[in-house]
Amino acid sequence: MVELLAQTGLNAVYAASYISLVAVGLVLIFGVMGVVNFAHGELFMAGAYAVVALYADMHVPFFVAVAIGMAFVGLLGLLMEWALFRPLKDNPLGGLVASIGFLMILQSLAVMGFGVRMEHIPPVTQEVVRFTDKVGLPVARLYVIVAAVVFLSALWYFLKRTRFGWALRASAQDPEAAALQGISITQTARIAMFIGAALAGVAGALTAPLVSVNPHMGHSVIVTAFIVIIVGGVGSLEGAILASIAYAFVHTFVTTFWDGVLADIVGLSLMLIVLIVKPTGLFGSADRA
Amino acid sequence: MRNFLILLVGLAALIALPHGLSFSQQEILVFLVINVLLVTSYRLLTLTGEWSLGHVVIMGVGAYSSALYTKELGVYVPVSMLLGAVTAALLAVLLSFPLFRMKGFYFLIGSFAAGEIIRLIWKRFREPFGGVRGISGIDPMPDFSVGFYQFDFFEPVSYYYFAGAIVIACLWILWRIEKSPVGLTFHAVHWQDKLAQASGVNLRAYRTLAFAIASGFAGLAGALQGHYVGTVNPNSFDIEVMVFVLTWAIVGGTATFYGPILGCIVLTVLNEIVLREMGLEQARPLIYGAIMILSILFLPNGLESLVQKATRRKTTAKPEEKAAT
Repeated sequence: MVELLAQTGLNAVYAASYISLVAVGLVLIFGVMGVVNFAHGELFMAGAYAVVALYADMHVPFFVAVAIGMAFVGLLGLLMEWALFRPLKDNPLGGLVASIGFLMILQSLAVMGFGVRMEHIPPVTQEVVRFTDKVGLPVARLYVIVAAVVFLSALWYFLKRTRFGWALRASAQDPEAAALQGISITQTARIAMFIGAALAGVAGALTAPLVSVNPHMGHSVIVTAFIVIIVGGVGSLEGAILASIAYAFVHTFVTTFWDGVLADIVGLSLMLIVLIVKPTGLFGSADRA
Repeated sequence: MRNFLILLVGLAALIALPHGLSFSQQEILVFLVINVLLVTSYRLLTLTGEWSLGHVVIMGVGAYSSALYTKELGVYVPVSMLLGAVTAALLAVLLSFPLFRMKGFYFLIGSFAAGEIIRLIWKRFREPFGGVRGISGIDPMPDFSVGFYQFDFFEPVSYYYFAGAIVIACLWILWRIEKSPVGLTFHAVHWQDKLAQASGVNLRAYRTLAFAIASGFAGLAGALQGHYVGTVNPNSFDIEVMVFVLTWAIVGGTATFYGPILGCIVLTVLNEIVLREMGLEQARPLIYGAIMILSILFLPNGLESLVQKATRRKTTAKPEEKAAT
């Protein structure tokens, strides 16, 4: 029993890692640009398909494929910012609708390019870090955990310690005041969109060999990310990370001891309860919506 | 007199319409008629300024409950359809307690969560909802005769007439609601909520009322669909269907009564007839997505703004006048 608990705990840490990468990107985009990016799950999928194309089909080394995938998805983010979110800045519902349109485009591009069926990706490594006989952490999952820690720390450093980071946080807090201080809102929006998308991309790329890659995989990712950012408080990066961890533990444990659909119901109910009791989220204070 | 003639010609065209179409196109026509009701009921909700992502699930509530009433309790089909609509409306009243603590973006996400929970409950509990595969073998609408016309519900044409008559009646009711003092209050709740509240309007009650009415009609649309198709399952009411409804409303525009209907008809014709005939099956979501983006970028007030422009030019001859929305 202790071993089962420990193993489930490890699984939850892995889940928390990629969920937080996705959710933090979503929060960053929402904070700086004020739009809800419904296509975020499809950016995750695009990262996964980059690994399918480069690593599984063209035999590029795995980490090179991940890096290219991350950059590619970041560029997709820039494209979205330029083509959709910037022209629709004054239309609050517009950005959301446009991102749904973009989601459908990405999804059907994946269907046309790769087919509807699940992709098979050869495992990157079969090694497992063993703690006891029954408790182990596959190294491929360890990569995801390490990536989450590294990228999120780097983001934290960037936001809190660099001038660009300050500018980004300033324009998230008050775009007009930031613009008056000479900060280019367009520039900060571009940076936020690139980082946010790239984080989703790297999460998708790294988890590609571990999950079933298919054109509709983005759906459950975006639902999870929404739950997490609502529970964590919309606009709060720290909240998103803490909520990712909390959600991953609840979801993984309910899945292990009962079943996956029930875990989804529990997750969504948690979100609904948070929305009812404390709409600003458990960790959120400022409220932009 | 002139309006009456237009109405008569329109009605004749609607009656003649299915006879020029193939069998599969007639089936699409039935769905189109049902979707017109769905999207119009959605508009009633948007009148109060709330955009729900749970509307299609509410439609599913109507379909599921009507199916269960006939199957488990042996209720006569037309009665169970009405009961399905009532169930959807009652559920909406229930959901309004948690959901109307939220507004705007939070309501959007909250309604999505509530809808997903309902959908997952259908999926999870095989008794009585049938799990992933849903409920099949739902009783069809019993055939009947109205003297000059024999309704045979194996024929899509018959179901088209049946559903069409119901939908027209519902549209008329929805239209009357919108033009009534209650409907005007819905507008006020959206655009002048502080003033409305200061004038003694109970905002919460009116938002709940709009939500319940919209849900009731959506439930009826669901019941009409369920008894036509014969099966319901959780996946036929998922977020993708909701996205279609949202697209119809956005592309058509929601400032006028006919806007969403226009969007629904134009996009359905484009989608089902043009794209399917052209064999672009796989690219359909792509084209749909592109249309969505293009229309929000270049036609933010929807197709209805084109119609408004065209009719205004005729009456005032001032095309550059801005639409007062």
